[in-house]
Amino acid sequence: MTRFNAFNLLKNAMSGHKNWTEQWPDSQPKSEYDVVIVGAGGHGLGAAYYLASQHGITNVAVIDKGWLGGGNTGRNTTIIRSNYLYDESQRLFDHSVDLWQGLSQELNYNVMYSNRGCLMLAHTVHDVQSFKRHVHANRLNGVDNRWLTPEECKEYCPPINIAKDARYPVMGGALQERAGTARHDAVAWGYARGAAARGVDIIQNCAVIAIRRNADGSVAGVDTEKGFIKAKKVAVSASGHNSMVMATAGVRLPLESMPLQALVSEPVKPIFPCVVMSNAVHAYCSQSDKGELVIGSGTDQYVSYSQRGGLPLIEHTIAAISEVFPIFNRMRMLRKWGGITDNTPDRSPIIGKTPVPNLYINCGWGTGGFKATPGSAHVFAHTIAKDEPHPINAPFTLDRFRTGRLIDEAAAAAVAH
Amino acid sequence: MLLIHCPYCNETLPEVEFAYASEAHIARPTRPSETTDEDWAEFLFMRSNVKGPLYERWRHVHGCGRFFNAVRDTVTDKFLTTYKAGEPRPDLSSLTEGLK
Ligand SMILES: Cc1cc2nc3c(=O)[nH]c(=O)nc-3n(C[C@H](O)[C@H](O)[C@H](O)COP(=O)(O)OP(=O)(O)OC[C@H]3O[C@@H](n4cnc5c(N)ncnc54)[C@H](O)[C@@H]3O)c2cc1C
Ligand SMILES: [Zn+2]
Repeated sequence: MTRFNAFNLLKNAMSGHKNWTEQWPDSQPKSEYDVVIVGAGGHGLGAAYYLASQHGITNVAVIDKGWLGGGNTGRNTTIIRSNYLYDESQRLFDHSVDLWQGLSQELNYNVMYSNRGCLMLAHTVHDVQSFKRHVHANRLNGVDNRWLTPEECKEYCPPINIAKDARYPVMGGALQERAGTARHDAVAWGYARGAAARGVDIIQNCAVIAIRRNADGSVAGVDTEKGFIKAKKVAVSASGHNSMVMATAGVRLPLESMPLQALVSEPVKPIFPCVVMSNAVHAYCSQSDKGELVIGSGTDQYVSYSQRGGLPLIEHTIAAISEVFPIFNRMRMLRKWGGITDNTPDRSPIIGKTPVPNLYINCGWGTGGFKATPGSAHVFAHTIAKDEPHPINAPFTLDRFRTGRLIDEAAAAAVAH
Repeated sequence: MLLIHCPYCNETLPEVEFAYASEAHIARPTRPSETTDEDWAEFLFMRSNVKGPLYERWRHVHGCGRFFNAVRDTVTDKFLTTYKAGEPRPDLSSLTEGLK
């Protein structure tokens, strides 16, 4: 791996940037690994990176049915924040925000993390009460979040319409200044490059067809499009396809896979300084460094693997954007797409062991797991290496759906991301 | 936009008239006090989340207001059939035959 630094940049400039080495090799599967990770999204690649860098486990393969980062990692709108309601969630997401701070340096890869702030607008009395409750809950845990008046919201983000006669007037907002965005592809690429440099094989275009189990029930390996691969441990991080992959090992999951769509506008000059979310009017927006507005809202209502989603939802989203930011209502949209998100009933993830020995699951990230990529990958690697959860992911068990100890962010926020 | 056939109104109408109500044919345990935690978890939370033909419930909220069942292919989003609540599961092989 060639390190990215000023000296190497200069050196390669001399030869017209034609001699950079590849960032990771296109590996073919070996017959056996200590750990096989299913799914080369940010979470799977990150787990491989931390297994190698923090636990000295390098005989690892990350296997993807497509190209790495082609799932939700490469399709999301990159909002990063940690202002969740429950203590467990705050610890998990704030751990991630901590890791985001130094991630570019750690990976020697510019992930373009930008803590431009995330402002969540309140439009009803219920919103005001609920967001203030979040602000207080966060501050008790030392998680950054504060309340802004409508005028302060407008000052922080001028395109917001705070007119009193708006259909859903802005009654204030909760601002997390440590929140922000990052470059999604760079996160997948940076982890892939870091993991590959430490000996991890990244195997693309090779779907895992089934998880194979030994006679004693424990994991034996995975059947793939390129044949059987033996593995001491198998870790699944396949987002929308987690139910399908885990069903082959006889494990049922409390997940429903739904399309989540996003869209971007034509690029314009910098006008939108932060991330703004409006859960009541139902849309959120930020501006990429290329100048496009990046827009999203909630999932389509039905289970689907179509990676497309329906147009009524796009219409609804654009209506909301035009309501909150009337300045944008003549902006042209360039493209829209969908990703398949795996949603749990309480809208909190599941990270941990499964009823099958040596089989681990990291799922249920639904519509909001990009922000958690470093933190989730870090604690998942710990769980795989030690065969027991890290204290941060210990509450996020699969078993909570049996015991009833849910972490009900769904009821707390109504909307995710 | 999905076009959905309501078996009560006997009309095919746009998706925005309907609300999704998740997997169909999940029966509530009949003896709650004797039901184990595992069975409650299965009933309340576990879903087959099928990639392919899925038995599911819809409600014609902006119409007759009634719940009904459907079989829809979750890869193409194409409805294979819809039928009234309480009717037995239609046989999959007869529904998917024409698709091949
Ligand atoms: C439109 C959209 C907007 C979003 N916005 C945000 C946001 O603003 N903020 C936020 O925090 N989160 C957001 N999310 C959610 C976020 O993208 C995901 O939670 C996160 O990226 C999941 O990462 P992952 O690595 O678990 O999954 P993925 O990146 O989806 O990776 C899973 C991989 O598994 C592979 N796979 C599946 N089945 C198999 C198989 N059988 N064999 C081998 N490989 C397989 C897939 O090809 C895929 O590459 C958004 C999602 C979408 C779709
Ligand atoms: Zn009807």
